[in-house]
Amino acid sequence: MPKTDFIIAGVGGQGVILASDLLGDLAIATGRDVKKADVIGMAQRGGEVVSHVRWGDKVYSPLVQKGGAEYLLGLEKLESARWAPYLAPSGLAIVNNQSILPITVSSGGASYPPDEALVGTLRARTERVFVIEGQELARDCGAAAATNMVLMGYLARFLHLEQALWLDAIAQRVPKRFLEPDQRAFLAGWQEAEKAGAHP
Amino acid sequence: MKKLLSGNEAIALGAYHAGVQVATAYPGTPSTEILETLASYEGLYVEWSTNEKVAMEVAAGAAFGGARAMVSMKMVGLNVAADPFMAAVYTGMRGALVVVSADDPGIHSSQNEQDNRHYAVMAKVPMLEPSDSQEAYELVDWAFRMSRQFDTPVLLRTTTRTSHGRSVVDFEPRERVPVALAPLTREPTKYVMIPAHARKRHEVIERRLVELAEFSESFPYNRMEPGDRKVGIVASGIGYQYAREVFPEASFLKLTMTHPFPKRLVQEFAREVGAHGRAPLLVVEELDPFLEERIRALGIPVVGKEAFPPTGEFNTDVVEAGARKLGLLPASPEPVPTPPLPARPPCLCPGCPHTAVFYLLRRLGFFHSPPTELPAERSALGNLQRVGLVIAGDIGCYTLSVLPPLLAMDTQGCMGASIGNAHGLSKAGIPNKVVAVLGDSTFVHSGIPSLIDVVYNRGSITTIVLDNGSTAMTGHQGHPGTGVTIRGETTHALDYAQLARAVGVPEVYEVDAFDVPTLESTLRHCVESNVPSLLIVKGPCPVHKRLTGEALVVDRETCDGCGSCIRLGCPALALEDGHARVESPLCIGAQCGLCEKVCPQDAISALVRDGHA
Ligand SMILES: Cc1ncc(C[n+]2csc(CCOP(=O)(O)OP(=O)(O)O)c2C)c(N)n1
Ligand code: SF4
Repeated sequence: MPKTDFIIAGVGGQGVILASDLLGDLAIATGRDVKKADVIGMAQRGGEVVSHVRWGDKVYSPLVQKGGAEYLLGLEKLESARWAPYLAPSGLAIVNNQSILPITVSSGGASYPPDEALVGTLRARTERVFVIEGQELARDCGAAAATNMVLMGYLARFLHLEQALWLDAIAQRVPKRFLEPDQRAFLAGWQEAEKAGAHP
Repeated sequence: MKKLLSGNEAIALGAYHAGVQVATAYPGTPSTEILETLASYEGLYVEWSTNEKVAMEVAAGAAFGGARAMVSMKMVGLNVAADPFMAAVYTGMRGALVVVSADDPGIHSSQNEQDNRHYAVMAKVPMLEPSDSQEAYELVDWAFRMSRQFDTPVLLRTTTRTSHGRSVVDFEPRERVPVALAPLTREPTKYVMIPAHARKRHEVIERRLVELAEFSESFPYNRMEPGDRKVGIVASGIGYQYAREVFPEASFLKLTMTHPFPKRLVQEFAREVGAHGRAPLLVVEELDPFLEERIRALGIPVVGKEAFPPTGEFNTDVVEAGARKLGLLPASPEPVPTPPLPARPPCLCPGCPHTAVFYLLRRLGFFHSPPTELPAERSALGNLQRVGLVIAGDIGCYTLSVLPPLLAMDTQGCMGASIGNAHGLSKAGIPNKVVAVLGDSTFVHSGIPSLIDVVYNRGSITTIVLDNGSTAMTGHQGHPGTGVTIRGETTHALDYAQLARAVGVPEVYEVDAFDVPTLESTLRHCVESNVPSLLIVKGPCPVHKRLTGEALVVDRETCDGCGSCIRLGCPALALEDGHARVESPLCIGAQCGLCEKVCPQDAISALVRDGHA
């Protein structure tokens, strides 16, 4: 089984950790070794959050190397660009088209870079960059809080694993009252990837 | 059964399976989840202790009573607990005592980067260092058994990455084996450390250390992993994992029991890889050259810190850079430059009850702030403004007030130091008024003795306790002021005002964190008075209480873009083309309403104004 490294980046409260936990569960369900590291700064809210997930036959380091991530999942645009150096040259980036202003910007000290600069940073590394309307897709399927699941559904379409395994993993992880909307959001993401012809 | 567990969860599971009966802790990143996980199990006693010293004493007491006890803390917690820790080293215990110290290389959420392996040397206790969750799970059981066998506390040292990193743990789901308490006997020569007894015990410790050193030589997790004999690497903890990535072919000596240091094993490894004749041994370890110095002392050529830095957290890139420096890997290609991106530093949350205090302290004449910032109508404060305030801070969410735009903290070094530091600053005779600011959990942890000191020694500082009903910074744990135990039982809630009066603080006030005028006038009164005062600022942490509300609205016609509200540092407010704007999903509304209260134009309100919604 080849090594596969993932980076999931976003902002506190966006569900980065849950998304990366699912990748961990899927690895175990498919007989892989897996390690995962979450980096949550001091902030309870509003700070950056990133998860490193590594799949393989035998994984040593829990942290992904620069240029090593086959997959970069960005729940927020600025954070997606921040982790661009970790993307492998032939890697795949899936970016949620959402901007959350950091305090440095909202207090007037800096400005939020334009899309060309942010997405451009990723495009400079790989042609395989998909910008998707995660919030809109989540809202449309009646699961407004589950943007992370939409993104995971999109990513999952690339990973050659049965859909049922994913739905099962979600069922194991999320509380009952969120299960149905979360799975719906996941499927919306999966279908979006298919619609875009964005599958392997 | 296989599960993806963090190192902390694995330690908790391992302790549970090993029959731990009493577990104590004071929260601290990256150790907190150990006790939180243990509290999800039945059949053992768990407590959030008042501080790490108390946690250590309670766990040691339980072990005196014959129980298997575990105490966990972040690395600086062991500084606080060092006294009872050293005491337990001397007495030993009837049961078992495992001390978990979680270090934080990289300073993800700490005030320093100390390497607690040195504590094992000073205390002469065995130390185990897991390098992933599987090892963490298994080593806890070893730690309990070793503690019993050698009658000593055992130090289990993790780091942020081993504590928080998740990896697969393969374990037998099993029922917990009930362990009977070891019988209680009276042994004053062993448990009462008067000098005559302690001298004898010191001899026991030295003999124990010799036995432990022998044990370490054959400890099964200290193992050679033969490979290419041209490169011999000694590594421990998470460093081992990164080194394995960078040098897949090399010969490894993986050390897990790093104190007492297994000398003969290291000598044997050096002979295996021919370190004397050829290349030196490489040591890959985070922080201090702990293993490196011990290997060098054996006369074995060794390279460590000259390639792998003594500061910061390692990762595969850091270890690879070290290997390049040593010429073991080819030079790296130039990294692709990334354009500079705005940082996303942490900040106080929308609706945080700490915000107004620091905003007002700054306005009151914080000595860094330009005097022009004070509105003219406050010139009555001119005197105070000229003298300014020095703010001795402390550790918690509120420490973020040091960052722009609040800029309202001058000192902060370790938990509970604010009051003592403030008293010292004031006794040094500086011309400024001095204020100590600390959170409720921090006040209870180690602020109270200093408050007593201020009163006893005729001090005059103002102390502000930020009572948000939570140990918020570390994830909203309870503490003696909250009235709830870790298992959710109700208990007595410490009354800070009553306590302050009892210790003799002449002026004690309790103010609502969102009542800006009262807060400001009380602050001013306290700062101007020449007797010690305690101001308790009460307001719930909205994240802990999951508070939400209808967002406030800015009337763009009235807002002249003065930026008064922006200076609160609320992440729900932004300045956009000369006007303030509320980011509605973040705002918790009128229950906070600080921006509404500080806006000189009355441009912010809960009401949706006609035509400007
Ligand atoms: C000796 C020590 N123990 C634990 C910690 C971890 N820690 C950092 S801040 C904090 C307490 C914060 O609680 P509180 O003072 O109530 O402030 P809040 O975060 O709620 O604003 C703790 C336990 C530490 N830094 N030092
Ligand atoms: S978690 Fe609570 S106390 Fe901490 S910054 Fe946020 S609102 Fe304030």
